[in-house]
Amino acid sequence: MIMESTDMTEGRTGPHRNLSVPLARLGYAAALLVLLAATSGLEGYDLFLASSILSYAISAMGLNVLMGYNGQISLGHGAFFAIGAYTAAICIDRFAVPFTLTPVIAGIVGMGAGWLIGKPALRLEGVYLALATFGLAIATPTVLRSDLFAEWTGGVQGLFLGIEPAPEWMGLDLDQSIYLTVVAYFGLFAFLTLRLVQGLNGKAWIATRDNPIAARAMGFDVTRAKTRAFVFSVLACSVGGALQAVAVQFVAPDSFPFFLSIALFTAVVVGGLCSPLLGPLLGAAFIVLVPNVTEEIWQGGSWAVYGGVIIGVIAIQSRGLAGIMTGITSWVRDRITGQTTTRYERK
Amino acid sequence: MTFFLEQLIIGLSSGGIYAIMALALVMIYKSTGHVNLAQGEMAVFSTFIAWTLVQTGMPLWPAILLTVAVSFVGAIVLERVVVRPFAEADDLVVVAVFVGLFLSIHSLAGAIWNYEVKPFPSAFSDGSVSLMVDLSIRTHTLGSLVTTGAVLTAVWIFFRYTQLGLALRAAADNRESSRLVGINVSLMLALGWGLAAGIGAVAGVMIAPVTFLDPGMGLAPLIFALAGALLGGITSPFGAALGGLIVGVLEAMISAYVPYGIEFRELIALMLILSVLLVRPAGLFGEIVARRV
Repeated sequence: MIMESTDMTEGRTGPHRNLSVPLARLGYAAALLVLLAATSGLEGYDLFLASSILSYAISAMGLNVLMGYNGQISLGHGAFFAIGAYTAAICIDRFAVPFTLTPVIAGIVGMGAGWLIGKPALRLEGVYLALATFGLAIATPTVLRSDLFAEWTGGVQGLFLGIEPAPEWMGLDLDQSIYLTVVAYFGLFAFLTLRLVQGLNGKAWIATRDNPIAARAMGFDVTRAKTRAFVFSVLACSVGGALQAVAVQFVAPDSFPFFLSIALFTAVVVGGLCSPLLGPLLGAAFIVLVPNVTEEIWQGGSWAVYGGVIIGVIAIQSRGLAGIMTGITSWVRDRITGQTTTRYERK
Repeated sequence: MTFFLEQLIIGLSSGGIYAIMALALVMIYKSTGHVNLAQGEMAVFSTFIAWTLVQTGMPLWPAILLTVAVSFVGAIVLERVVVRPFAEADDLVVVAVFVGLFLSIHSLAGAIWNYEVKPFPSAFSDGSVSLMVDLSIRTHTLGSLVTTGAVLTAVWIFFRYTQLGLALRAAADNRESSRLVGINVSLMLALGWGLAAGIGAVAGVMIAPVTFLDPGMGLAPLIFALAGALLGGITSPFGAALGGLIVGVLEAMISAYVPYGIEFRELIALMLILSVLLVRPAGLFGEIVARRV
């Protein structure tokens, strides 16, 4: 697979550096402004959809770091998404924690669970990690449904989240306050992901993925790099889960089926591996919007679309939707400036 | 004591089905090095074919045989068209392709036969057989136990005593050398897939009367079969079959004796997978593969 964007030879060096960094920052600021402007532009269901997409995008960002940058395959991150969501629900239901803070607690709890599962699982490689996490994905719904924890989780019935809107003087309704909270966390995670991926951590992840032995020889701590990628992905997934639960204001075992883990996997692969922000965002939009359309045509239709699109993406454009977008923009730019962009490709 | 024996036989019977599924996994793993995540869905799809044949008035046994044949051919086509192009790709690509396959087969089954839960006739007569004074067992349980035994023996004889079985083993073991002695390796890989789908179909037909038939039926057996295959060693057909039986008995005992056991069966299978992979990645009977650096 060619993942040019992660090539170590490419980077923020060379003559374009002075221009490209401020330009990129300008781009991020503009994107954030668009997201903020949407608060007043969208309403009701559309705003809810936007919140959903952004919270799934946070999870996908984490999973993309794990799968794209660090090359570890997980088919079970829906479990951490569910843990985050249930933590948020229990915090609000039992301890009346303000909903804006629940993702923080969910992140801490999620990381604890991630450590418990990751500690043994990370010794596995490639397909075996995929198998173990596949088992995790299958086992999660049955655990959530169990009567054993029903007192806390509400069992099959689930829990409603009583969410208070922002104080009167801010002039926001409930949907808007939820959406703004989601945007805030999204901004935070976008920043974190970029910093991690572009820094030494990112180099360690890529080196570990491409050649663990050489990476070790060069002085990278391979185990630590893997653990960090795993913990970050778990953190992002549980925060995303908490925000999703807040947006839906309800959690039940049926909201976290086996299919959820597969959907997160789909979001990362379809959105584009190794595209730190755009890929997860497009992938999340894909998994939120596609079922809305397909489920009306036939039940389980989204499974078919996911399956077909995954195989198609893998076969044709291995960098997913983000790859297609970058392809188009660089084509347009080349037309305007009349020069071809040089690319470095791995392999 | 009778209760224990009853649970043991139920466990052996479902364990037999996991053993067949595990064998199907091993078949594909040995010949191509891939773990077929879509194995459960393929078996379910085959079972639906059998169901349709029965609905059209065909007697069950011929229907099962025809289903096995159709699954055999279907899987060869699937391997050629979908899986083969990615055979040499890295892990992530292969896993993604299998996930895609999994989703596609699942939704295709849902689209054709919808998501209503359907009863599936047992291949054996209704009623029960009494084994001891107060121990009686449903004929289906006993029948599927016997079928499992027959399938496992047949597979063993095929691999041990036939020319084709030997060629298959050779192709799985060492592709280059097999090619040099004139074995059509590409055909053998396809054959491995076909056989896996065929015996997977048998597993589906045996388990459907117990769990009823719906597109989501393949998920739980798959994780148990996976646990069984890994426990016995995913490179060893005998080990995988034994592993499947052990997992089946374990599942029955835990459901019967441990409080909340039924709800945590899948979690226990997961723990089993994790602990096997960590303590003895090759499984009980698998060969330890040394990798060149």
